[in-house]
Amino acid sequence: MKWQQICAYESLSPEYGVPALLGEHPVALFRTGDGELFAVGNVDPYCGAGVISRGIVGDREGEPTVASPMLKQVFSLRTGECLDDPGTRLPTFAVRRKDDVVEIGLP
Amino acid sequence: MTRTLIVVGHGMVGHRLVEEVRARDAAGTWRIVVLGEESRPAYDRVALSSYLDGKSAEDLSLVTHEFLDDPLVDLRLDTGAASVDRHARTVSTTDGAVLGYDALVLATGSRPFVPPVPGHDLDGCFVYRTLDDLDEIRDAATEGKPGVVIGGGLLGLEAANALRLLGMHPHVVEMAPRLMPLQVDEGGGQVLSRLVGDLGLTVHCGAATQSVDADEQGRVRGVTLADGTTIDTDVVVFSAGVRPRDELAEPAGLERAERGGILVDDRCRTSDEHIYAVGECAAVEGRCYGLVAPGYTMAEVVAGQLVDAAGDGFPGADMSTKLKLLGVDVASFGDAHGTTGGALEVVYANNAAGTYAKLVLSDDAQVLLGGVLVGDAGAYSVLRPLVGRELPAPPEQLLLPAGSGVDAGALPGDAIVCSCNNVSKQDITTAITEQELTDVAAVKGCTKAGTSCGSCVPMLKNLLSECGVSTSNALCEHFPQSRSELFEIVHATGIQTFSELIGRHGSGRGCDICKPAVASILASLGRGHVLDGEHAGLQDTNDRFLANLQRNGTYSVVPRIPGGEITPDKLITIGEVARDFGLYTKITGGQRIDMFGARVEQLPEIWRRLVDAGFESGHAYGKALRTVKSCVGNDWCRYGVQDSVAMAIRLELRYRGLRSPHKLKSGVSGCARECAEARSKDFGVIATDKGWNLYVGGNGGFTPRHAELLAADLDDDGLVRLIDRFLMFYVRTADRLQRTSAWIESLEGGLEHVREVVVEDSLGIAADLEAAMAAHVGNYSDEWAGVLRDPHKLARFVSFVNAPDAPDPTISFTEERGQIRPVSLPMPSIRQEVRA
Ligand SMILES: Cc1cc2nc3c(=O)[nH]c(=O)nc-3n(C[C@H](O)[C@H](O)[C@H](O)COP(=O)(O)OP(=O)(O)OC[C@H]3O[C@@H](n4cnc5c(N)ncnc54)[C@H](O)[C@@H]3O)c2cc1C
Ligand code: SF4
Ligand code: FES
Repeated sequence: MKWQQICAYESLSPEYGVPALLGEHPVALFRTGDGELFAVGNVDPYCGAGVISRGIVGDREGEPTVASPMLKQVFSLRTGECLDDPGTRLPTFAVRRKDDVVEIGLP
Repeated sequence: MTRTLIVVGHGMVGHRLVEEVRARDAAGTWRIVVLGEESRPAYDRVALSSYLDGKSAEDLSLVTHEFLDDPLVDLRLDTGAASVDRHARTVSTTDGAVLGYDALVLATGSRPFVPPVPGHDLDGCFVYRTLDDLDEIRDAATEGKPGVVIGGGLLGLEAANALRLLGMHPHVVEMAPRLMPLQVDEGGGQVLSRLVGDLGLTVHCGAATQSVDADEQGRVRGVTLADGTTIDTDVVVFSAGVRPRDELAEPAGLERAERGGILVDDRCRTSDEHIYAVGECAAVEGRCYGLVAPGYTMAEVVAGQLVDAAGDGFPGADMSTKLKLLGVDVASFGDAHGTTGGALEVVYANNAAGTYAKLVLSDDAQVLLGGVLVGDAGAYSVLRPLVGRELPAPPEQLLLPAGSGVDAGALPGDAIVCSCNNVSKQDITTAITEQELTDVAAVKGCTKAGTSCGSCVPMLKNLLSECGVSTSNALCEHFPQSRSELFEIVHATGIQTFSELIGRHGSGRGCDICKPAVASILASLGRGHVLDGEHAGLQDTNDRFLANLQRNGTYSVVPRIPGGEITPDKLITIGEVARDFGLYTKITGGQRIDMFGARVEQLPEIWRRLVDAGFESGHAYGKALRTVKSCVGNDWCRYGVQDSVAMAIRLELRYRGLRSPHKLKSGVSGCARECAEARSKDFGVIATDKGWNLYVGGNGGFTPRHAELLAADLDDDGLVRLIDRFLMFYVRTADRLQRTSAWIESLEGGLEHVREVVVEDSLGIAADLEAAMAAHVGNYSDEWAGVLRDPHKLARFVSFVNAPDAPDPTISFTEERGQIRPVSLPMPSIRQEVRA
């Protein structure tokens, strides 16, 4: 897998998403409270706007989630699945911390 | 073949009859002519008094558009029936028409009884029955003066309260030795007198009115009682009982009951098979009923006969009553006076607390026959449906305050929970389970229960929980507490952050429900800038970018324009900014100028220019105070009586930035013409000659509502003080996303309770609420200015973290009417599978 450097780990706040550009793909990148990293597609499949990174991070019964700020559907950060409407999902991307840099794997 | 039904009287019962016939007569066999003597179509007479307490005639109306447009209903207002010719089967109207009928229903109600004391017909004497009566009383009332109500029954006390709302000092004159002699026994009467006295009513019991006295112009100047007492007053309201309006009966050869009323059998038929009588004018088997519920039952009985030629007879009536509006709880139900042979009484009186309760039981103490509750009628909604049934618990347990011993579970299915609308427990629980109702409003809408006098509403709540509808307060899976409980926890413990709160009082990591709610609580309590550190991640996108998210992922920018007043220079700045950044501009209903289409990365630059020009955040994005709309007021408007612009600006600047459970809107009108539409707002202010009237709990939106009067004729500072208290009380105790109207409805006691807390300081928290608001005002600083000063916050306003200026490919615009418009976005395929 090819890895693309995105930003310094320190520039991510806990429980807060940021948008990133992976080639042409808008990606939403999250760092959760316990330091885990997740990357999913930034485009909300229900409205087509690039807003997932601006959603609120949390959990549903322990599953880490993000809620789209547009119409509030909740997605699993691990699988990208929409927990309110199984069958719909966001693309997910491999993500890792290398030293102090966050990298996303190109699909 | 269509037949003609004439209904005489468009009051509550006449209207219900027409509605019932129309609902049952699917084939349209009846054409209905309704003659109504009043100038308005039927309205809720039971709620008449609320007309002086903020409700409009429109609010009280019982008719819908569909009804007025119904081609089979011919409603003639301002038209009375003058006589009935039974042989020709015609009705002559007061405007000279002669109308033929196949069936005739008399629903003429009753008229107030005015005892023939000397002076009873002077200018300044009124009765209390119609909206017109209330308009006349309102016009005659002078603030600060005494007013006299003759009659201390249920209606007399309502009328006295009405005078009180009009700013008068009411005196109540009652012939019997106690107030509400029909409903309340001696013990209850004593407690009642004291409670009513505390409210500022002067009570004269055991007192006969000797005369109403005139001044030189022949207007009322006072009232003299039999013991020589005189009361100086120019307003006298008679409320000494009612008499059925049976005047059409005798000339038509219809029989009247011994004590008045059109005599009918248990199917509401007169001696003429084509004529029925229903409501207060009817004497069913010789007895008249002065309440609306039995009238509604009669309407159903007759509609059944007209349409299905069948149906049951009149089953008798529940004469239970509850005093509305005075802020004193009084209820009586069933055989309140223990007239049944061998009846036993159990009394619980607490003089210290000012409560009195009595149950009347059968001779073996097993069956509940009736009762009286004064001071605390909380148990009424449980006890009333139990009348005639075996007690579910020992009587003392039923009587203890809070009606603690029993709940909805104790009621049998066929017990009538809502007597106004004749809805049984079973009807309600079936509706709840089958229609999956989840709140009281839905139950009201579906079953009509709770829509009239409202006394059964607490029971509806109980039934919801009995049906397993979780009325749990838990905010979400992460917090077992309600929003108001969390507010108190944060307030009391001084907790500063979400993680501390969830660590100590919740579980998990939070979600899009609890995070913004807690963010709002922290912001209301002034715990830092909304984008400080951890706070940023709690915010809904709007608060995160201090702008309103639009459908294509761009934001709108809305600077504050307090009270809608703006200088030409500022207008020009807005125009220049919008032009330079290519934004769509629109003037909104809230007197703001919105600029749409800004990208995240443009927001700081746009705001830098606005802040430099003296603008600040308008909070159009937040669950916060949005706008205080104003009219032009007395500076410019020839009708204005106060400076509505200055007041609107003062209020908007005072409450700007206040985070609340739901967005808040306000308006200030310079006179009753109401150009600022203040009564559709969460808090609205309307100028009077003497100051300001404050209305609360209005809103537009899905279920629009008019705000209701909280307090009248306030001076500037008094107004601000009450709004401070009202808003803080709301911010502290409302549920998440609960509008002020829903919040008021959800409080036990509703608006009256709000008035007690906010105006009368019944909980002793007014000073605390004011201090909290003062702290908010003191802590305010412009959020956008704060962002522009802070590089860390600014760093978040980028299109992409690794390409801060690259435009987002999902955003594009076209042009329409000379401005930009978002292009509908190409939807990604929803069910795509992408492997990591
Ligand atoms: C202030 C107040 C508070 C009340 N509170 C309660 C309460 O809490 N609970 C309760 O159960 N009840 C209450 N009532 C009583 C309740 O309002 C009446 O029982 C109910 O309105 C009776 O309905 P009705 O249709 O028989 O009479 P109404 O509503 O009085 O209607 C009769 C209509 O017929 C019209 N009319 C009369 N004669 C003619 C004619 N010849 N031609 C054409 N039109 C005619 C009248 O103008 C009137 O509009 C209250 C009443 C008042 C005034
Ligand atoms: S509400 Fe009254 S004062 Fe204000 S603009 Fe309208 S008419 Fe004039
Ligand atoms: S009992 Fe009056 S509304 Fe239900």
